[in-house]
Amino acid sequence: MSDIAERVKKIVIEHLGVDAEKVTDNASFIDDLGADSLDTVELVMAFEEEFGVEIPDDAAETILTVGDAVSFLEKNAG
Amino acid sequence: MFSLEGKAALVTGATGGIGEAIARALHAQGATVALSGTRAEKLEALAADLGERAFVTPANLSDRAAVDALLPAAEAVMGKVDILVNNAGITRDNLFMRMKDEEWDQVLEVNLTSGFRLCRSAIKGMMKRRTGRIIGITSVVGVTGNPGQANYAAAKAGMIGMYKSLAREVASRHITVNTVAPGFIETAMTDALNDKQKESILQGVPAGRLGKADEIASACSYLASDEAAYVSGQTLHVNGGMAMI
Repeated sequence: MSDIAERVKKIVIEHLGVDAEKVTDNASFIDDLGADSLDTVELVMAFEEEFGVEIPDDAAETILTVGDAVSFLEKNAG
Repeated sequence: MFSLEGKAALVTGATGGIGEAIARALHAQGATVALSGTRAEKLEALAADLGERAFVTPANLSDRAAVDALLPAAEAVMGKVDILVNNAGITRDNLFMRMKDEEWDQVLEVNLTSGFRLCRSAIKGMMKRRTGRIIGITSVVGVTGNPGQANYAAAKAGMIGMYKSLAREVASRHITVNTVAPGFIETAMTDALNDKQKESILQGVPAGRLGKADEIASACSYLASDEAAYVSGQTLHVNGGMAMI
């Protein structure tokens, strides 16, 4: 697992309070991990802070799964 | 009770009668305050009078760039904003049939839109900290209507709906969002009324007197406090009974 993927998963586990084994690449924040829409906004804010990037609203709307977040950040972070 | 020690508050319209009273009350409860308004000299004088824990962050709320810069400016001087009081407001009264588009637009921009933008800026930090208080000063006329004030009443009613919606969105993050609705309060605005006008207003006020700015400020101190954590999406009417809603 890449360093970015590991950091993303750590944030998701902490923020949503879910078990690590549930946080797979294909896991949807809302459908699989019990996030509400406000949680997804907070996750994006947490990613922005952790990786020092700005995630525009139109990009944020496409980040629906753990894997989406990892691939966005692999392309755009530091 | 109602201690605000360690809390940081941004108050807009702090040069007006009600805004100044709110700033003084929050400060007296122990909060650090950032005073905003258009008249920097008056804000400086108020800050000097308050002494410690008072900062000045002037802004013209009819200028969207200035609105967007205000929250970051307050966070820069205080480190955070726990309490946002959207108090600033203007009037451009006119009969409905004579009301100009500019009169409508200016009042909506300052009284409603600037508050929307300030709330949007403020909730980011509040969500992260899992605590926050947003208080909007609306008006009894936002609920009852008032001839000559269609623009003002629309903005004030708009605040109530906006605050209730935001209250529902962020309640789970321990952020409360409420409005305070003053009735007729002794300020420079009501000083301009003649005795006959005052008499006719007072006939509709069971308490038989105008309210004091301090009485609005007390309502804000309560809503800003930890004790009011379970009060959200409400409008607290402070009007001597002139409208019982």
